[in-house]
Amino acid sequence: MKRIKKFKNVEELKKAIEQQEAGRQQEKKKRVIVVSSGTCGQARGSLKVIETLKKALREEGLKDQVTIRITGCHGFCEAEPNLIIYPDRIFYQKLTPPDVRTIVKETLVEGRVVEKFLHRDPLTKERAWYENEIPFYQKQKRIVLGDNVFVDPTSLLEYLAIGGFRPFIKALTRMKPEEIIQTVKQSGLRGRGGAGFPTGLKWEATRRAPGDIKYIICNGDEGDPGAYMDRSVLEGNPYRVLEGMMIGALAIGAREGYLYVRDEYPLAVRHVTLALEQLYRAGLLGEKILGTDFSLDLHLAKGAGAFVCGEETALIASIEGRVGEPRQRPPFPAQKGLWRKPTCINNVETWANIPLIILNGADWFSSIGTSGSKGTKIFSLVGKINNTGLVEVPMGITLREIIYDIGGGIPEGKAFKAVQTGGPSGGCLPASMLDQIIDYESLTAAGSIMGSGGMIVMDEKTCMVDVAKYFLNFLRDESCGKCISCREGTQRMWEIVRDITEGLGRPEDLELLEELALATKEASMCGLGQTAANPVLSTLRYFRDEYEAHIYEKRCPAGVCKSLIRYAVIPEKCTGCEACKRACPTGAIQGTRKDTHLILYDKCIKCGACLEACRFEAIEAQREEAITIVREVKP
Amino acid sequence: MSVHPTINLDSLQEIVERHGYNKNKLIAILQDIQAVYHYLPAEALKTLSKLLKIPLIDIISVATFYRAFSLTPKGRHVATVCLGTACHVRGAPKILEEFERQLNIRRGETTEDGEWSLETVACLGCCAIGPVVVVDGDYHAHTSIRKVPTILGKYGK
Repeated sequence: MKRIKKFKNVEELKKAIEQQEAGRQQEKKKRVIVVSSGTCGQARGSLKVIETLKKALREEGLKDQVTIRITGCHGFCEAEPNLIIYPDRIFYQKLTPPDVRTIVKETLVEGRVVEKFLHRDPLTKERAWYENEIPFYQKQKRIVLGDNVFVDPTSLLEYLAIGGFRPFIKALTRMKPEEIIQTVKQSGLRGRGGAGFPTGLKWEATRRAPGDIKYIICNGDEGDPGAYMDRSVLEGNPYRVLEGMMIGALAIGAREGYLYVRDEYPLAVRHVTLALEQLYRAGLLGEKILGTDFSLDLHLAKGAGAFVCGEETALIASIEGRVGEPRQRPPFPAQKGLWRKPTCINNVETWANIPLIILNGADWFSSIGTSGSKGTKIFSLVGKINNTGLVEVPMGITLREIIYDIGGGIPEGKAFKAVQTGGPSGGCLPASMLDQIIDYESLTAAGSIMGSGGMIVMDEKTCMVDVAKYFLNFLRDESCGKCISCREGTQRMWEIVRDITEGLGRPEDLELLEELALATKEASMCGLGQTAANPVLSTLRYFRDEYEAHIYEKRCPAGVCKSLIRYAVIPEKCTGCEACKRACPTGAIQGTRKDTHLILYDKCIKCGACLEACRFEAIEAQREEAITIVREVKP
Repeated sequence: MSVHPTINLDSLQEIVERHGYNKNKLIAILQDIQAVYHYLPAEALKTLSKLLKIPLIDIISVATFYRAFSLTPKGRHVATVCLGTACHVRGAPKILEEFERQLNIRRGETTEDGEWSLETVACLGCCAIGPVVVVDGDYHAHTSIRKVPTILGKYGK
């Protein structure tokens, strides 16, 4: 890594940016291979791919003609590990080290495209030669995520090469704080963390709050299970978030700030730490930045695994070294936040949008999106979907476009059942809502929320009662316990739904659930409790028939709830291959080779190993016939 | 096997010094202590209480509130099963059960020989490659019930 020297004034920084940009122009004449290596990429072996690539280039004598750029996640997680060869943008996916050798030989030396490593569309089965031809990318508008492809997140100079810190220079030299706030207000940017409060208003309130000492905070405690865009932005382009915070500090009048990042994201923590070090060394953080009167200190605070700390007052308590319990608002953090001083707290994605708004102007930003929701939103499209990954789309796109056009539909030809948005505070939307446009208001009207952007797709094999049970279990575990309504409400709702999944549900349970849901919502202090009922209410609203099947018929239509199913062999489909027999941990499967197998119910523990092992779909979850409906008192 | 390490008071002092004896840095200090011992030994917390001049009960209240802290020693290997929503719909609960069967312990427990601890996590943010299991910091993608013995085998089980 090149050693960063301190920029003494704005001119020096400008010059460095120009130099780096010119370097990029030069680079375009050469071949550049971009390898994505975020957490998912590394989990799939990107580090070995990179090692082999370096070795192969050396062996072929191409070391000096080809540049390797190791970047964070590009969002197309399904295709990891992947690489893009510039200038042609040939996209090769799901690579192993031997594949890389083939690519170096055939594409780089002999100039041929290796078809088998190209992306194949799950619907049309067509191969895409180039990155921009891949349907997954075509309907996206990647203003925040797009740059992840062009920067090595461990290098400040790489960020300068894509024009990084030009927005900061503009804000520092040509804009008054009020103008910056005005621009953010006009852009229509709303908080990307969940609630969607207008960012400019928050900034203005913090600026106007009395007192000399003010703080800014970046909320990187991305706790919603199923959402990981903040991790990807922090890992892949940490400087953009930091630049956003620097501009925010200028506007608000803050001299100190914190990035609160989840401890479960080791790579994000590492990249943010490195970025902070380099910014201090470059004189872009600390005292008298670029020789001006502006000073700013930013610190990293690591979370310690408490979901409730995503709530702003709990997060502030956690930075102060205390138990992360939320407190009553008002006063809002803009009046009394960290150490009881005015504090502006924004989400990672919100901060990352700021440099773009300052550079391109409020009108550019507000031209994207719907009347009430401007700009783009990053969603993590996961679960039962072909193209899993992070998708950044303009507000106002429909769920159908995301799930089918970008996501490539549901795997294995199964039917779509629901999409869960907004994490544990959100809800499940059925197929009838697929043409719903996505913005803050319409998702709320549909009984879910925008939230931080988790989008978990569920197919016919997902039980919606089980999903409600899952979220309730999560929430009763994560409730901090301060409000009785939340502590006991989530616990009791979980018990009722658990009983329903175990065949112990009573007809009156549904009404009781609705009553409890309302009480939890009305009487809890923070967002966790106020929205804790959403997973129950939305599944009751759209999938009541599934609850009723569990209660009245003691049947789980999706074949998920263990107490209500038993596994059986379908004789017509069984080939007698013995795969299930080998997989069974309890010896519950009988049958000789080439003969239809049989499952002994008294030995079966319903672990599902046979279902997973069978390649002929000859094992199915059937309705458990002999259920004794006895309500017993559980501990 | 270092399940019950002796507490090195110098290193504890060094951690507290690094954070400037700042009470507000309690969480960061506890994280650093846990990084050394893989749990928070009672002895260390008692000493910390004296060094920082905060009542032990306040330290315990923070240490028990946050999921990342453990007051009991961890095994030599730690397997963490992700129970995020995306992993859940792809069968994470069944994978957790298989780990419980193979290791003969429940989630949150450590085997008697001190070799294995089984943990769960709310979400690791690797939803695309789920179900995910992390063993000693290595990520295992697209796990299945059948892969569990293989994963354990890699670490000598």
